[in-house]
Amino acid sequence: MGLIWLIGKRLLYAVVLITAVLVLNFSLLHLAPGDPADAIAGEMGGATAELLAEIRALYGLDKPFLVQLGLYLQRAYQGDLGMSFYYNLPVVDLILQRLPATILLVITALIFATVGGTALGVLAARKPGGFTSSMVTLLSLVGYAAPIFWTGLMLIILFGVVIPFFPISGLYNVAKMATGLSLAVDIAHHLVLPSFTLGVVYLALYSRLTRASMLEVMQADYIRTARAKGARERTVYLRHALRNAILPVVTMAGLQFGSLISGAVLVETVFNWPGLGTLVFESVIARDYPTVLGVLFFSATLVIAANLFTDLVYRMIDPRIRLRD
Amino acid sequence: MKRIMLAAIAVTMMLSGITVSSADGGTLVIATTQKPRHLNPAVQSGIATAVPGTQIFATPVRFDENWNPQPYLAESWAFSDDGMALTLNLRKGATFHDGHPITSKDVAFSIETIKANHPFKTMFGPVEAIDTPDDHTAVLRLSAPHPALLLALSSALGVIIPEHIYGDGQDPKAHPRNSDTVGSGPFKLAEFKPGEHIILEKNENFFLEGYPKLDRIIIKNYKDVTSMVLAMDSGEVDMLPFLAGTRDIARLRKNASIEITDQGYAAVGPLNWLAFNTKHEIFKDVRVRRAIAYAIDRDFIVNALHGGFSTAATGPVHPGSPFFAPDVESYDLDLAKAAALLDEAGYPAGSDGVRFSVELDYLPAFAEQQKNVAEYLRPQLKKVGIAVQLRASPDFPSWAKRVSSHEFELTMDVVFNWGDPVIGVHRTYVCSNIRQGVIWSNTQSYCNEEVDALLDAAGKEIDQAKRQTLYRQAQQIIVDEVPLAFLNTLPYHTAYNKNKIGSPPLSIWGAMAPLDKVTVQ
Repeated sequence: MGLIWLIGKRLLYAVVLITAVLVLNFSLLHLAPGDPADAIAGEMGGATAELLAEIRALYGLDKPFLVQLGLYLQRAYQGDLGMSFYYNLPVVDLILQRLPATILLVITALIFATVGGTALGVLAARKPGGFTSSMVTLLSLVGYAAPIFWTGLMLIILFGVVIPFFPISGLYNVAKMATGLSLAVDIAHHLVLPSFTLGVVYLALYSRLTRASMLEVMQADYIRTARAKGARERTVYLRHALRNAILPVVTMAGLQFGSLISGAVLVETVFNWPGLGTLVFESVIARDYPTVLGVLFFSATLVIAANLFTDLVYRMIDPRIRLRD
Repeated sequence: MKRIMLAAIAVTMMLSGITVSSADGGTLVIATTQKPRHLNPAVQSGIATAVPGTQIFATPVRFDENWNPQPYLAESWAFSDDGMALTLNLRKGATFHDGHPITSKDVAFSIETIKANHPFKTMFGPVEAIDTPDDHTAVLRLSAPHPALLLALSSALGVIIPEHIYGDGQDPKAHPRNSDTVGSGPFKLAEFKPGEHIILEKNENFFLEGYPKLDRIIIKNYKDVTSMVLAMDSGEVDMLPFLAGTRDIARLRKNASIEITDQGYAAVGPLNWLAFNTKHEIFKDVRVRRAIAYAIDRDFIVNALHGGFSTAATGPVHPGSPFFAPDVESYDLDLAKAAALLDEAGYPAGSDGVRFSVELDYLPAFAEQQKNVAEYLRPQLKKVGIAVQLRASPDFPSWAKRVSSHEFELTMDVVFNWGDPVIGVHRTYVCSNIRQGVIWSNTQSYCNEEVDALLDAAGKEIDQAKRQTLYRQAQQIIVDEVPLAFLNTLPYHTAYNKNKIGSPPLSIWGAMAPLDKVTVQ
């Protein structure tokens, strides 16, 4: 009962939230000076008044704002995200073409950040003030303070130019014409630098969070109990302490899924990663309203799904939450 | 250890696919930040579409490095004596990528489609009718002589599209086959991932025997210039056209395996200028505009800001064009003269030294051409008592909206000549093109009937020498009346891997021309 109620409630929130996202962004986009016809004229190196009028009529931009909004929402709820003004292709096609790259990047970065961050945090909490602890603290400070695009560019110069070990741009090397396993290897090779760049900020954060949380938990009575009953140090750390200490990390990871996606915009730009982030960025500049709204629709859905997933993980880790509802 | 190293090198070589070098075949990887909307140049101008578009679609003629038309889809051509008709004799046996023969009907359909849908209306404006007496002859009948016609029928502009695909009644501007093209050029479309890459494969049935040399062209999109330049530097891509950043050019020039050339940009003819809104209270006085022109040090812009990679622009026509006029007022730096002109115009310096203040719009995305120049102009114009406030626009549509609604005082702008003055120059100066809401129209609201008459006559003059004289006279008046302060040419360069690339594209259209002769090793 509890689980179904939770999911149902979330779905209702999702509809309201996505409508708000669409209406708000539709209005904001229309407030921005210039419209898709101006952007297309720029792309073409010039235009005539007649041609601009034809383009506006073609995309329904000559209709009043509220009519355009109404038509858009009506179609969106029927699952039709429309045609891109810029590429003249269905928005869904554009998104589906870019979505896998973003999901791959974000999920890899998230796993890297949570697993790596937790491990480093546990390591650092073992001897507070010791060498390992200080190094982790220092590295996490640097990792957290460095802006994503800067980290990215530095990594490109280091691993792409000085020691050319990792590819620095794109999802795969299209010139290789690889397929199957070699394509997968190529993608994994290309994924290293972008996912590290995106993940390292969160890795830094989670390691500090885990470290602080572990130090606090290690003072708890149940740890003393566990030790008293003769549990091995390893069991005390991983089963008794970490399971309690990891809750804040799960909370943060869930909450930060949205910021991870926005961080992906920067990483995608720096590493020429063909994902949703760059698509939305380019589409804003091109005033490609349907594509921007389509991407926001998808990313809002992703964030909502991630939050729901976090809640479920919570219930798995902490039985008290299950008992409460 | 040594053995491991050798093994690693061998593996790397295998992975990077180094093959035996040969003259034919191979893949050329081109880097660009330009994202084409689609690949049909008949209804979409601009560099982004033209680079892949001219590989996919052949044109009746093409041009060499010296502005001479060369046979392409048309074996030969002839203007009638009065210049009122052009006969194109098409190559026999040429086919589209789907095997359909190319006929004069396709030529007629293409020119009509371009005339009705392409933004550059003047290209085929005077074309009244196209006769097709047989499958391999097309006669373009004109309402007036039109010497720009051959250029309009060349690479990047006058592409021949198949009527059996694009003539199905759908709006050609939004035709679904614009992204899934069928042309007749040296390469055919294999894959188009918008904003990611375009893969072009060799057209085995290309109508020029023995061409193209390459098996494949890959055009890779980069999101930002820095990573694109790094990719060129590290050898990830073979060719980088339309490179305009002078620091990037300097950086790549240090790489021993990279050759950098400024050849191939004569036709596009990009100019950087400072535009005046001549309807504005202050700038309607020609003396104020001249004063500003005298106050700007073009040498500083070219040599200090652009590291010597751009050249000074002195008038409306790019120095690479046969219609460039060198003998115009050069507005050499003269602050005293500028101050005197401003005094004369009725703007004496106030107690704080300021005569008046104005706003200068620019696009920060064009860092070197617009932002840096605008930031130089502020202290420079201050020297003659003009207080300039800089107003940056967040993105292109915002700037275009402001300028095309004539809601500006001064603005930085980069505008292309697009081959013939009829296409890319007239639009900025003729009275009839003072339009609301159209960027790169006559947004300066400059109007001089004498200039109109000269440009109109030049546009219809078939005698090249007389045409040059008419354009020279028009340019002298325009430069004298300064609707724009001409600053510099855009320092477009092509970087390519000189150990790998043979016959780089150096004709007037550069990379916006068929790359059928290019080879890779």
